[in-house]
Order: sequence, then structure tokens, then C-alpha cells
Amino acid sequence: MLKIGTLSFQSRLLLGTGKYPSFEIQKEVVEVSQAEILTFAVRRMNIFEPSQPNFLEQLDTTKYTLLPNTAGAKTAADAVRIAKLAKASGLCDMIKVEVIGCDQTLLPDPIETLKASEELVKEGFIVLPYTSDDVVLARKLQEVGCHAIMPGASPIGSGQGIINPVNLGFIIEQSSIPVIVDAGIGSPADAALAMELGADGVLLNTAVSAAKDPVKMAKAMNLAIKAGRLGYEAGRIEKKQYATASSPREGMSIG
Amino acid sequence: MRVIVNGEWIQLPEHAVNVADVLKFYHIHDKVVVVEVNGEILSRVEHQRTRLADKDRIEIVHFVGGG
Repeated sequence: MLKIGTLSFQSRLLLGTGKYPSFEIQKEVVEVSQAEILTFAVRRMNIFEPSQPNFLEQLDTTKYTLLPNTAGAKTAADAVRIAKLAKASGLCDMIKVEVIGCDQTLLPDPIETLKASEELVKEGFIVLPYTSDDVVLARKLQEVGCHAIMPGASPIGSGQGIINPVNLGFIIEQSSIPVIVDAGIGSPADAALAMELGADGVLLNTAVSAAKDPVKMAKAMNLAIKAGRLGYEAGRIEKKQYATASSPREGMSIG
Repeated sequence: MRVIVNGEWIQLPEHAVNVADVLKFYHIHDKVVVVEVNGEILSRVEHQRTRLADKDRIEIVHFVGGG
């Protein structure tokens, strides 16, 4: 069970809703992923073409928890405004704080992220900041009252997987709120590794939406996250330098 | 009256006096949208009672796919 603020979820996979080949594929992806939390972005509506299909309209919003993001924000003030716009829809209390500080790497601005998160906590939001794998920043985000921490595995959409498992491990170890690995996941192995490191969940988008077969990849990610979690709970063996036989040495009929 | 909707100057018809009228005018009144007038974010129940004035800046946003 994944608990974020006052909410609990069976699934530890959080799914992004951007860049799918079609709404049909996306619907199937959402179904087979078994995700309960779906992220969205907030954008100006094209009022001159109101008949444009919108994925949210095709979704049974009573079955899912919406996690709008503040993507597009460059300052804490931008992020707070986008969060308030999202909340005014009446559909969600959760917000993924995303304040980008570098256009090329899409890495978050740590100072603005912290400021925005602190303010949104005070405003009563359930706050999940997207952050780098900075251990001290993660601690400070927890201290200001965030409900989960979402460190990136590697740059958004890069598919590089977990490039700093050591830092991620430190963040997980020190954190008393859920740690959800967000961004950079490329393959099911990456997602499983995040869970084996002790993450409470994984948020991914491009790894599924841009896969050759997004539906199959959604299934694979779902299984990988479950397998990784089970492995973490089971407790892996220590790594040793030399071999230790699995079969008994006694009673051999040869030699 | 003339107002700015999502960054563009728009001439509203005579009968459009409040935010709910504008949403009806654009056929988006039954969609999930959030409206901000001059920087003030409105809840759904405020659409009807928020009267508009010339040169108001109106932002109409919605949820789109994103990660």
C-alpha cells in the first residue's frame, strides 16, 4: 500500500499522460498499467477549436487520482499559480511541483522548487515535488511538509535509468515520507531497480508512451515495479567475492 | 465589450456579461476548464456571478497530457 498524505493506493506505478500514439492506445495503457495516479499538465485551452478531443474527458475520473504538474513554471510564483488553477477544477488536491531551471537538461530549480513546495503545503495541497537526486534538498523538502519526494533517476525523457543509485539510496534511507522515482526511467529493469533500492513508487511517461509497443511496455513496467517491491521486501543476499555452492558437499557418488 | 481571452483581443457579443456566458459562447461550458480573470482564479460556482468589464484579461485553461 502506497500512502501519500491522506490517500492510499494499491499500485506503486504513477503514469504520465503525455505523447501517446493515440487515445485508444493510451486508454489500454492506463488499463493494463493498473496505475491509479495519472499526471496531467495545465495549459491554455484552444477556445477556437473546443471540439478537440481531450484524454481527460475519456477517463472515468472517479477511478483515478489526478496529479497535475506545474510544468512550464520557471519560478515558485508560476508553480503556485498553476497549482491553484489545477485545484480550482475541483478534481484534485494533489500537485506535482515541477519548476525547471535549465532548458537543456530540464533539471529542476532547487530553490524555486523548495519555495513553491513550502507555500503549497501551507495552502493545503498534497505536495509532491519533482527534484534532483540531491540528498540535502530532499531532506529540506520533507522538513517543509511535503507529502512525498520525487527525485529524478536521470534527465526527463532521457531513458538513461538510475544514474546515481547511491544518492537515491541515501534519500530513501533518510526519508519518512514516500520516495517516488520520477523521470529518466528507460526500461523495466530500471523501474525494478528503483523499487529494489527501496523506492515507494515510480512515475514514468516516455518509457511507456514512446515504446514500440506501449501497451506491452505498460504491462512490463507494472510487473517490474511489483517484482522490484517484492524483492526489496524479501531482502536480497549480500554480494560476495567468491562462490558458495548451492548443492551439499556430502554424499557425492563420484570421486 | 472587448476583452483579452488567452492572449487575444476578442469582441464579445452583447449578451455575454459574465464568465459563464463566455464559456457558453465558446461551447465549452460543460468541459473541465478553469478560468482566471485579471489574475483572480475562479471556482466553478463563481462563473455565473463574475461580471466582465471592457479590457478584462481572461485565461481559460484545461488539463492536457503531461508527465
